[in-house]
Amino acid sequence: MERWRRGRFTKGWWRVADLSINFAGIRSPNPFWLASAPPSNSGAQVHRAFEAGWGGAVWKTIGAPVLNVSNRYGAWHYGGQKMLAINNVELISDRPLEQNLQEIKEVKRAWPDRAVIVSAMVESKPEAWHEIIQKIQDTGADGIELNYGCPHGMSERGMGSAVGQVPEYCEQITGWVMQVAKIPVIVKLTPNISNIVMPARAAVAAGANALSLINTINSIIGVDLDTLEMVPNIGGKGGHGGYAGPAVKPIALNMLSALGTDSVVAKSGLPISGMGGISTWSDAAEFLLLGASSLQVCTAVMHYGFRIIEDLCDGLSNWMDEKGFQTIPEVVGKSVHRVSDFKNFDLSFKAVARIDQEKCIRCDLCYVACNDTAHQCIDLIAKDGSVVPPGSYDVRSNGKEEAVHQRPMVKVREEDCVGCRLCFNVCPVEHCITMVEEKPERPSVTWEELTQKQRDVTEDWEKMKEYRAKMGIHIH
Amino acid sequence: MNENVAWSAEREALKEALPPLTPHEALVEATRCLMCYDAPCTHACPTHIDIPKFIKKIYTGNLKGSARTILESNLLGATCARVCPVQELCEGACVLGSEHKPIAIGRLQRFAMDYVYGKGVNIFPKAAPTGKKVAVVGGGPAGLSCAGELAKRGHEVTLFEKRNFAGGLSTFGIIGLREPVVIALTEVEMIERLGVRVETHREIGKDLALTDLQSKFDAVFLGLGLGATPNLGIAGEEQVLDGLEYIEKSKMEGHALKVGKNVVVIGAGNTAIDCATIAKRLGGQHVTMIYRRTANEMTAYPHEYEFIKKEGVRFEFLSQPIRVLAKNGVTEGVECVRMSLGQKDASGRPSPVPVEGSHFVIPADQVVKAIGQEKTSLASRLSLQLERGYIAVDEKLQTSIPGVYAGGDCIRARGSASTVMAVQDGKMAARAIHERLVARG
Repeated sequence: MERWRRGRFTKGWWRVADLSINFAGIRSPNPFWLASAPPSNSGAQVHRAFEAGWGGAVWKTIGAPVLNVSNRYGAWHYGGQKMLAINNVELISDRPLEQNLQEIKEVKRAWPDRAVIVSAMVESKPEAWHEIIQKIQDTGADGIELNYGCPHGMSERGMGSAVGQVPEYCEQITGWVMQVAKIPVIVKLTPNISNIVMPARAAVAAGANALSLINTINSIIGVDLDTLEMVPNIGGKGGHGGYAGPAVKPIALNMLSALGTDSVVAKSGLPISGMGGISTWSDAAEFLLLGASSLQVCTAVMHYGFRIIEDLCDGLSNWMDEKGFQTIPEVVGKSVHRVSDFKNFDLSFKAVARIDQEKCIRCDLCYVACNDTAHQCIDLIAKDGSVVPPGSYDVRSNGKEEAVHQRPMVKVREEDCVGCRLCFNVCPVEHCITMVEEKPERPSVTWEELTQKQRDVTEDWEKMKEYRAKMGIHIH
Repeated sequence: MNENVAWSAEREALKEALPPLTPHEALVEATRCLMCYDAPCTHACPTHIDIPKFIKKIYTGNLKGSARTILESNLLGATCARVCPVQELCEGACVLGSEHKPIAIGRLQRFAMDYVYGKGVNIFPKAAPTGKKVAVVGGGPAGLSCAGELAKRGHEVTLFEKRNFAGGLSTFGIIGLREPVVIALTEVEMIERLGVRVETHREIGKDLALTDLQSKFDAVFLGLGLGATPNLGIAGEEQVLDGLEYIEKSKMEGHALKVGKNVVVIGAGNTAIDCATIAKRLGGQHVTMIYRRTANEMTAYPHEYEFIKKEGVRFEFLSQPIRVLAKNGVTEGVECVRMSLGQKDASGRPSPVPVEGSHFVIPADQVVKAIGQEKTSLASRLSLQLERGYIAVDEKLQTSIPGVYAGGDCIRARGSASTVMAVQDGKMAARAIHERLVARG
C-alpha cells in the first residue's frame, strides 16, 4: 500500500513511509497489534479496534476452562500520573471456547487485510494441543501464539509460565504444535526467568516460526495502609500478578536485545514480535530498532482506548520520514549492533557534564545529587566567584529580589567529573546539562583487552594502582 | 474550619475568595514542585519555611508532617498562607516563575494548615515547665508568634491584649475575603493550647504598667503594633470614616456596616484597597480611590492593584483631598486639587505639588481614609529609646531596657510592615528571650 502526502517543505508530493509488515508470513498494514489481553477479548472489541486502525490483534488466550475473580487489576501510580504500570490476576478467556472460535472466524472474514492471531494455552498433553491448534486453524486465523508466559493462576495448573520457565517443556510442547500447525506459530516467552535466551533457543530448536516477548512480570502492587490488606484485595487475600505497562519497557528492551545478540536465536532468523510497555510511537521505534518486527500493545490501550493507534502510526511514520526510512524492515534491528557488554566498552571514552548557565533555573538538583550521591564535582559559585556552601545567605535577608539575586550558580569542576550522567538525568530543564564528549586522554582499551594483555592489572589492586598512575587515571 | 468558633458576622460577598485546593489539585500542584535544593522560595520567605520539604510531604500524603514543617518556622502558617504577598516573596522567587507558572505555595500551605486545624490535630506537645515567666504585650502576629515560641520551650507566658480578641490585624484589619476572622481566632486558640494564657481587655499604659510587668515577669515582649490613622487635617474631617474601623466593622458586624452609593477612599495602600473592595462588594455603585501620586508610587502590592482594578474601582491619581463637603451632616463630596510630581522627597518618591486652579469635586456620600497608621506614642511614654519614631531594638530585638524585647510593626523603622515579618520578629525575639532565661538558670 503506497501512501502519499503533501510535502511540508516543497510544493510537490512525496511517498511517505510504508508501515506494512510481513511477519513470518503474517501480513498487516501496520506493525501494531493488540496484545493477547482484555482488549482482544471478543469479536466486538477486535472489530472496533480494526475500525480504529489497528494492524492486527492477538486474540485473548483461549484454551482450558477457567473462572475469574473480582478485583483483578492493580496499578502503580506515581507523581499524580495514573497507571505507570498495571498488574493483573485475570486468567485466559473465560468465554466459552466455541463462542471465541466463532467470533474469530467472523472477524477474520470481515477484515481480510488485518492480522488475526490466536493465543492458546491448554494442558500439557499432545492431544490437547493438537485439538486446539486444529480448531484455531479452522477459523481462518493468520497465526497462532503459544502462551508460555502467564505468571499467575494458569502456572499453578502447569500451564503458562510453568512451561515458559523450563526450556525442555517449551521445546516439547512447541514440537507437538509444529506437528499439526499449517499457519505460522509464534512462541511467547515469559520474562520470569533468569536467562530469556534459553527458552527462546528451545523454541528455535522445536521449529517455531517466530518469537514474541515479553509476557507480564511477577509482581505485587502493594499493601493498603489503612486496612493492611493486599492491593488489589480479593476477599481478604491478594498475591502476585502479571506486571505490565510503561514501567516495564526497559526490561522488555533488554530481553529483546538479548535475543537479537544471541548467536543461536539471531542465526535462526526468527522474527520477534516485541511488547512490554509500548505506549507511544517513540517506544515503538525503539522496539523496532532493537529487533522487533511487529509490535504488541496492551496497557496503553487499557488506559486510553483503541484511539491511540492514530498517533502510534502517525508519529512512527513522521519519524521514519524524517530519518529517511521508507519501510519497517529498514528500521528493524538497526541498533542491535550497538548492544554490547561492559567488557567491550571503551574505557578511554570520556564525557563530562556541562551546564548551560543561560538555561539553568538554579534549582540546584544537580548540585545535591552530585554532592550527596555521586562524585562531588559541582560547586555553588557566588557572585564574587567564590565557592560557597548551601544556605550561605543571611537569615535576615528575604524577598524575591534578594533570594534570586543572591542565589549562587552551579558549576561543574570538569577535571573532577567522572561523567556519571546523574546530573543530566535529574536536571528538569531540556538541554541545560549536556554530556560533552571529550578527546580521550588515553589510548582506547576495553576491559576484555586489558584482561588479555595485562591480566595482573585486572586481578591485583597493587598492579591496578601502578597502571592507573602510568595512565594518569586519577580517582578522587 | 474550626467548628468551635462559630462566626457568621461576615457578609457573603466578603467570604474567603480563593477556594481551598481539593486533595487532587494539591497533589498535582505538589508534584509540579521541583523540590529545589537550598530553595530560593525558602530564602525569600521572611520566616524561611522549608517550602520544598512541606510540599514534598503533601505529595507523600504526610499532611501532619507538612503542617509541622510549616509551623516549626512560622506559627501563624494559616494566616500567612492567606495574607502573605507571595508574589513578592516565595512564589516570586520560584525557579518555575520565569518561564512557567510558579508553584502555588500559599495555597499549598493553606491546604496543609487547613488539614490540621480541620482535624484538630495538635502538632506540638506541651513542654516541661521551666518555671520562667514571660509577659507578651499585644496579641497581633508578633506577640502571638513570640508567645507561642516561648510556650513551646516550656516558659509560662501571659499575653495581654487590649481588645476583646487577640489576633491583631489578622482578626480585625484584613479584609475577610483574604482572611476570615475564624482563621485568625483558630490560630489564637492553637497558641493558647501551647500553654499561653491570653488576657483580653488589658492595655499597657492604662491598666498595665511596664514596670509592674518587669517586676512580675522574667522578660517582657512588646508587640504593640501601630497607632491610629492620622488626621487628614482638612475641613469636613468629621465626616471621614477610618479605614481600619471600616474593615473591622465588615468583619465583626458585617450586617451593620452601611456602605455608601458613592464611596471615596483616600489612600492607595493595601488597607485602602481592602476598604475599596468592601465598599464595592457591599453595594457601593461608584467607588473611587484617590491618591496624590500615581500608580507607580502607590504602596499597594502590584497584584493588589491588579485585583482592585478588576473589582471595578475607579482611580483618581494625582489628586489631593482638600475639603470634605457636607450639608447637615450628610456627606456630599470631596473637593480635590490636581497634583503634579516634582522633586524626589525623603522617601525617594517624587513629591506631589498642587496645580494652580485645578480644583474639582468628586461626589460622595461616604469617605474613608486609609493613609497608614501613626507610630505608637506608647514607645516614648514607656521611656524606650526610639529610632525614627519606632522602638529601637538591637540585633536580638532587645529594646533599650534590658529584658524588654519588641517586634512587629512597632519596630519597623526599615522595610515594609507585614504579617510575616512580624511573625519572624516574634520568633527571633523568643529565641533571644529563651537564651537569656536559660543562661540565667
